[in-house]
Amino acid sequence: MSALATSASPGTSPRRGGDRALPWLAAPALLVFVGFGVIPLVGVLLLSFTTWDGLGQIIPSGLTSWQAVLADPGLPHALWITFLVMAVSWLFQTPLSILLGVFLAGAQRYRGVLAVVYFIPLLLSSAAIAVTFKALLDPNFGLGAGLGIPLLSQDWLGNGPLAFGTVIFVVSWQYIPFHTLLYQGGVRQIPQSMYEAAELDGAGRVRKFFSITLPQLKYTIITSSTLMVVGSLTFFDLIWVLTAGGPADATRVLAVDMYKRGFQASLMGPASVIAVILVGVGLLLALLLRRIGGGSNSTSQLEGA
Amino acid sequence: MGAIVTKTASEPAAARQAHRGPGPRGKSRRPNWLAGVGSVVWLAIVIIPIYWIVITSFKVQSSYYASNPFAPPTEPTLDNYRLVIESDFIRYFFNSAVVSVGAVIPAVAVSFMAAFAIVRNRAGRFLRGVNSLFLMGLAIPLQATIIPVYLIIIRLHLYDTLLAIILPSIAFAIPLSVLVLANFIRDVPKELFESMHMDGAGTWMVLWRLAFPLTRPAVVTVSIYNALMIWNGFLLPLVLTQAPTQRTLPLALATFQGQYSVNVPAVLASVVLTTLPILVMYAVGRRQLLAGLTAGFGK
Repeated sequence: MSALATSASPGTSPRRGGDRALPWLAAPALLVFVGFGVIPLVGVLLLSFTTWDGLGQIIPSGLTSWQAVLADPGLPHALWITFLVMAVSWLFQTPLSILLGVFLAGAQRYRGVLAVVYFIPLLLSSAAIAVTFKALLDPNFGLGAGLGIPLLSQDWLGNGPLAFGTVIFVVSWQYIPFHTLLYQGGVRQIPQSMYEAAELDGAGRVRKFFSITLPQLKYTIITSSTLMVVGSLTFFDLIWVLTAGGPADATRVLAVDMYKRGFQASLMGPASVIAVILVGVGLLLALLLRRIGGGSNSTSQLEGA
Repeated sequence: MGAIVTKTASEPAAARQAHRGPGPRGKSRRPNWLAGVGSVVWLAIVIIPIYWIVITSFKVQSSYYASNPFAPPTEPTLDNYRLVIESDFIRYFFNSAVVSVGAVIPAVAVSFMAAFAIVRNRAGRFLRGVNSLFLMGLAIPLQATIIPVYLIIIRLHLYDTLLAIILPSIAFAIPLSVLVLANFIRDVPKELFESMHMDGAGTWMVLWRLAFPLTRPAVVTVSIYNALMIWNGFLLPLVLTQAPTQRTLPLALATFQGQYSVNVPAVLASVVLTTLPILVMYAVGRRQLLAGLTAGFGK
């Protein structure tokens, strides 16, 4: 990191005179990224040691915000909900995405047609999806009421556990297509010869799936899980429009907690503390998953190599 | 439209078949019932809400409550769409377009330049540092930096402008764009760069005349990915703008539902209307769009 400072080291290879201009080419991207990425990242840490209402003066206040947040029972609750959303949505999405990905990797024409429909949710914004399901699930005006089926006309978003389940379902509806796409790509890279060899040995479909497809998808599973897990930390749009963290904080994940504290309660200090925790959890998870994935190999997958 | 979709869908499959023989599951003799049933169930889960959105958006509000929600409208109406358009959605559409185009073009341009520099770099520690900085940016949930971004935007007197959304959008797009573009520039044979240098072309020329045309598919892919992310973005407009005139579509959708929550057909018309441009793009360039979405992840 210290290399960032000055050592532009010109003239490393005398053959190519153009080299000296190279660092300048990276300058605009670096400038914008530092301005709206790196500085805010440092800034959020600094702001967590201040008191600020979002409008007036920023007053340094030491550890006050940290003490307030750490003593607040809302924090363990938000952490728990965030973890639950992460774990349950992973458990729900991963097997389905793998199965759908394997299915769609087949070359049959009708599967290609199905794929066109399967991937539509990818294109919709979280806001559009949340607005749709909110209308669809409304106990008075939604689908259940219209069909006259009491089982469907429950207060899906008004009851804690139901609202949590609904969030998981809608999240999956939105993201399963993306992960299916990843798995479809992964399956298509498995050498055909492996399946032929297995067939010669008399392996059936199920055996082939567990002995070839699944192990060969290892790095796709790691990539997909990393994106799912780290991505679930930033489910803000969907939850905000769907439930705004409610009912009674049943779906108040960290990102929603941060927004509510900062931009609704005007407590930017404590909100920054939550943000720092969010960054910390994200980095920790990314490192952990990389460790599980066996280091460098998983990065090369992430890099699309 | 259906014809276009099926055509683009079957072409790649056929091309793949030519390359590597029948797909892994393509040659099974017995039909796979489990997969068949599963795929139909998922199809239903995806298509039922979409079908419901579309037909309901054409229903008269008063008849909506009385009729079977899955029956097509008996007297289709465009009133819901009229209400949506009268609620200033043209303006929100325009705002979304300005933000998307205004962020994607600079983001991809600066990312391409940076990616070129990183790939062509031999021993410069500065550029290696820049590269690892961008890689680090990938692991960080950038939404968590929203409070300082808000502070910076206020201090720059940009609050409640479209530029306030554009600038952080560019910054958030850079890490992944650089990564993907660098991977593609790396595939350009080094000899081409060398020979162009021999002919006396400067770095700037080599960048735009050689690297850029040769990696155009990657540039398109990255642009599509970023455009979709920014077009659908919600948090930045929510935090960085306030006036109704500066709203982008996702924010407008949420607000519109808040106002007309009882008027379900109108709410759904707003969803259809805001999604239409992306669906048209999907119909025209399905392969490109899907490739763009997984840019950088696997494959």
